[in-house]
Amino acid sequence: MRLTEGQAGARVLAFGGYQPARVVTNDELAQTVDTTDEWIRSRVGIASRRIAGPDETVADMAVQAGGKAMAASGLSPDDIDLVIVATCTPEVQIPNTAATVARRLGIMAPGAYDMNAACAGFCYALANASDAVRTGTARNVLVVGAEKLSQWVDWTDRSTCIIFADGAGAAVVGPVADPADPPGIGPVAWGSDGDLADKIYIKDRNSFIFQEGQAVFRWATTALAPIALAACERAGVDPKELAAFVPHQANLRIVEAIARRLGAPQAVVASDIVTAGNTSSASIPLALSRMIERGEIGSGAPALLVGFGAGMCYAAQVITVP
Amino acid sequence: MAMTEQDILEGLGEIIDEVAGVPADQVTPEKTFVDDLDIDSLSMVEIAVAAQDKFGVEIPDDQLKDLKTVQDVIDYVRRAGVTA
Repeated sequence: MRLTEGQAGARVLAFGGYQPARVVTNDELAQTVDTTDEWIRSRVGIASRRIAGPDETVADMAVQAGGKAMAASGLSPDDIDLVIVATCTPEVQIPNTAATVARRLGIMAPGAYDMNAACAGFCYALANASDAVRTGTARNVLVVGAEKLSQWVDWTDRSTCIIFADGAGAAVVGPVADPADPPGIGPVAWGSDGDLADKIYIKDRNSFIFQEGQAVFRWATTALAPIALAACERAGVDPKELAAFVPHQANLRIVEAIARRLGAPQAVVASDIVTAGNTSSASIPLALSRMIERGEIGSGAPALLVGFGAGMCYAAQVITVP
Repeated sequence: MAMTEQDILEGLGEIIDEVAGVPADQVTPEKTFVDDLDIDSLSMVEIAVAAQDKFGVEIPDDQLKDLKTVQDVIDYVRRAGVTA
């Protein structure tokens, strides 16, 4: 038996993001639930979020973000032979989202699968994509994080409806340009803690998302800084050299608490949640695409990604910004 | 080596300054977290986490909600320190 011929390293060629058109402000939410703009801003750091239209699906948003990432990568659909969609809110269980998204983007007959690691999904999928390129089981991979959390939110529950939102982000992953180049995606530091599986869940198909906010906050502000540092150590990158820190946009207070413990004084800390809300697996690539668009992080700079969420699943890796 | 009340108070002052931006000299035993120091429930969790690092005493969420004043935390840390 033979094995595929591998590549020296993988890298992200480009990111792309998509937000639905509809903006929902805190003041708008305050008209229907007992909350205020000031309370939401101080507790979770969100000023406004985007909500998908009634007929806009997870696949629709994934296609938008994926198309932008592909266009920015300079690759054609023929170059891509694996599509991974990280989502915990697919429209339906069968068929998966990835195969449909691939076809709509003109990617013919790629390997295609959905993956659910909740809000950590994008980092899990990025690790899978990097490994697929390195081992030679794929030439180039389209990785998408896409969520329509609005359809799983109880809009009368002020503890969750102020947080969760809709959107998509994508990355195209391929081999390094020259085998002598350093890798652009570092080793993943990942894991899970099923003991805390009852802290964030959707009980069944007729239920809404539930979150025990304080317990999640404690876990996130305690457990994740060591994971973030482990990812840096495995990549051989000193946190002091990081140009960007892009954790899952769960809550600005969590983002800032982890950042404080990281010791990365040069890093721009992603705060995309302010105008995007918590978009689960979409939040990291969405934040990155917008930070790159705004020129906040330059090409070639090291950025640390940390995904974390229900499960509790977590994954972190250092990447080189495309 | 047992921590004195003063040690714990000073340690708490540093933690609260870092977590919530309240100057350490305002952190006195009789102050309440919510009303006097304007510290919310999430900041209380951060303070508990930092206190665990600093004093080696775990304050679980269900105990945390009963700690209303700076003195309450000092007493909790001292009691836990004695039995630990």
